[in-house]
Amino acid sequence: MPAAQPFFDWGYVTGQWSQIAGDLVQHIVLSLVAVAIGTLIAVPMALVAWRYRLLRGVVFGVAGALYIIPSLALFAILGPVTGYVASYPTAEIALVGYTLLILIWNTVAGLDAVPADAREAAVALGYSPSAALARVDLPLALPYVFAGLRVATSTVIGLVTVTALIGLGGLGQQITYGFGIDYATPIIVGLVLSVALAAVCDLLLVGAQRLAVPWSRTGSGGAS
Amino acid sequence: MDVVDHVRHFIASVAAWLTTSSHWTGSSGIPQLVWKQVLLSGAVVVGAVLVGGGLGLVLGHTGRGGLVAVNAANAARAVPSLALLTLFAIVPAIALTADGFLAAFLALVILAIPPILTNTYVGMREVDADVRDAARAMGLTGRQVLGQVELPLAVPFIMAGIRTAAVEVVATSTLAAYVSYTDLGTPIISGLNTNDPVEAFAGALLVAALAGVVAGVLGLLQRVLTPSPLRRRARTGLLPAGRVATAAT
Repeated sequence: MPAAQPFFDWGYVTGQWSQIAGDLVQHIVLSLVAVAIGTLIAVPMALVAWRYRLLRGVVFGVAGALYIIPSLALFAILGPVTGYVASYPTAEIALVGYTLLILIWNTVAGLDAVPADAREAAVALGYSPSAALARVDLPLALPYVFAGLRVATSTVIGLVTVTALIGLGGLGQQITYGFGIDYATPIIVGLVLSVALAAVCDLLLVGAQRLAVPWSRTGSGGAS
Repeated sequence: MDVVDHVRHFIASVAAWLTTSSHWTGSSGIPQLVWKQVLLSGAVVVGAVLVGGGLGLVLGHTGRGGLVAVNAANAARAVPSLALLTLFAIVPAIALTADGFLAAFLALVILAIPPILTNTYVGMREVDADVRDAARAMGLTGRQVLGQVELPLAVPFIMAGIRTAAVEVVATSTLAAYVSYTDLGTPIISGLNTNDPVEAFAGALLVAALAGVVAGVLGLLQRVLTPSPLRRRARTGLLPAGRVATAAT
């Protein structure tokens, strides 16, 4: 690269668009799968932690430990089992691990915040415990669940780039490519598209929340 | 049995790596790597507390501009740390300063400011308005209200933010080994690059242990610094309430 490289080179974006689009698609797939699997695991675990106080410590302990271990270290720890190079299981297990604490924490907080009145009313109306859970507790906890989904999604979208170090990476491949040849443009492409993707996903989640929880229009369901 | 033998052999190799005396001495020895990681992470957290905590205190005290700051902090969460690290590391003037320390420091400070800023701001706003009014009525000046009333009451939130940031910084500083710096990330990166799972795994164990120690020590500090009347209801979890709260607004 010449010493006076431009800070951003549009020619790169137009010239390499098919590669960039491919990386973007991989980024979306890696993120979506992680958040989806994370949600499928986290919600039942949150229910267990909420129902059985004794298990709460165990659930939060496991999720907390997964959250604390650095992603790069988790790749290296999982690698001998699931494979190092371009291994989707390695990447996804680690990414899912980071969503768990966020999602479980928020879901339990949401269930804890269900007003006792609402639950008593449900019992008085003759709801069985499981019906009350499905039709009263979980719907009322949804604003918190969505809050967790929003944090988990933007966290995962940022983290996916790190999987470039094990040969995946989505937009992270733009970053490692740019770094490898001392060229800022691909790095900026990776950064801007990651942030844009996170913003779009956040807007979609806000929209989904309005559809699913019409009574919390202003997003006032949170703790503050 | 094959698998069991394989696992046993792998664990033995990792143990052997960790107990090889040459891995514990010299400029790339484990104590030196730990020290460099602690040095970098510590400097980053102090810098982020000064900037993010200071800004959060001012915004929380005046109650102005907070929403903008909190939303900006939320958006910053999606910025890939790898992109910041590599961007700073390809600027020669920054990359070559202090053996890559400066590049890593700048990238990680940007990463660490948002959780501290958000939690400080939320903690300040969570202070009961009645308490604030009572302090004013007793004749405390604005600065005294901030220092003697709001700040102590906000400590659980602020410490939770610092703890979250510190854990993230320790984790992400391993990525600095990919671009410019030398710390516990170095054996992991080198192991991944040379297809040496033993070296990568050993490095990963050390990093995970360090992250756990940092989380534990800061949790303890959080407890100690929380004014005793607040302790019973203090949130000691890793994820601060601010995360739940800000994401919901």
